[in-house]
Amino acid sequence: MALPDPNAVSWYEATARQRLSAFLDAGTFVEFLGPAERRMSPHLPLFDLPRAFDDGIVTGRGTLDGKPVLIAAQEGRFMGGAFGEVHGGKLVGLLRAALDVKPDAVLILLDTGGVRLQEANAGETAIAETMRAIVDARAAGVPVIGLIGGRSGCYGGGGLIAGTCSRLAVSESGRISVSGPEVIETNKGAEEFDSRDRALVWRTMGGKHRRLIGGADAYVDDSVSAFRAAALDLIGHAPAFDLATLDAEQARLESRLVRFGDCRDATEIWARLGVNDPDAIPSMTTAAFAETVAGVTEASHDAR
Amino acid sequence: METLTFRHTTTKPLGGTTSQAITGVVASGNLEVLLERILAPDSCEIAIETPINGFGDVWEAVVADFVARAQPGGLRISINDGGARPDTVSLRLLQGARLMEA
Repeated sequence: MALPDPNAVSWYEATARQRLSAFLDAGTFVEFLGPAERRMSPHLPLFDLPRAFDDGIVTGRGTLDGKPVLIAAQEGRFMGGAFGEVHGGKLVGLLRAALDVKPDAVLILLDTGGVRLQEANAGETAIAETMRAIVDARAAGVPVIGLIGGRSGCYGGGGLIAGTCSRLAVSESGRISVSGPEVIETNKGAEEFDSRDRALVWRTMGGKHRRLIGGADAYVDDSVSAFRAAALDLIGHAPAFDLATLDAEQARLESRLVRFGDCRDATEIWARLGVNDPDAIPSMTTAAFAETVAGVTEASHDAR
Repeated sequence: METLTFRHTTTKPLGGTTSQAITGVVASGNLEVLLERILAPDSCEIAIETPINGFGDVWEAVVADFVARAQPGGLRISINDGGARPDTVSLRLLQGARLMEA
């Protein structure tokens, strides 16, 4: 069967497996704990819910432009890409393997609503273990790159995991946050955050906003080839992971809070960042947006 | 959850040499189909786990139709269903058989 053209494959529309096969060098992907092993959730049957053969995450190794990488892709359509016990265990195992294998990078194709509520304790533990394993991999000199552009975005514990990665690439449809729109509305009311206001959701959590405030390091088109190019570039520019990096990140986040803490909308933040026409940001093309980002000093940094 | 298993005898093995394939996603109205070439060349087994109870006769008809059309001898086919309609099930089964024929 002919391989799909990575320029034509929409990251947002593709399944986890379609993303992987078009993203890596053709024919190089070797899966760990594939579907035929049937490592499925032990918890979902208790709730009369269907399981997936891979528990919603595909893990393995391959090469990216000849570089050996370990890679994981979450399936955002199976239970919102949420972390359960097996799902998390596969990701943690992959990250721990990086300490032995020393790949050029670990790539995580995040597409998740956070923890699977039916496996809450195991899922929360998986989030914590994943963050620990990312830190260990980075401390051992292996960059961990997060790629975010799926329909479930990157929420809950997934947002925390994204925060521990060396670098992040995001597309317009990618969203990064901890509490999702519905969660905020439920807890604080629709006046605080109207989850049905899609423009508000994207202004607050979407790829462009995250890129402008330095939450993500690359903003890319919604295609597999764009994510691939961004990943290759980010691997080459992963920051060091030491006390100086963490001190710089703490200082960056403190100054961000001081500077923007009283803003009522992302457009106010963009204006303070020096963007001439903040209202034009959401409809900007990728090229025009890249020019805008180049003029924002806070957007690119080596903290993390 | 309901577990259904159907066994069929085919007139020939499925062409191709691919040993394993998977297609589809367990999502609302969708299903995943895992195909493994591990049975005798004239037999096919299809095992289904579905959260929608009481549609065994519909599954039986869809599976029988697929077996007659594709002659998937040698395959063990395992399905995790997310509440897919019969036409979606047919489509995924045929997609899976196509992947195995590569």
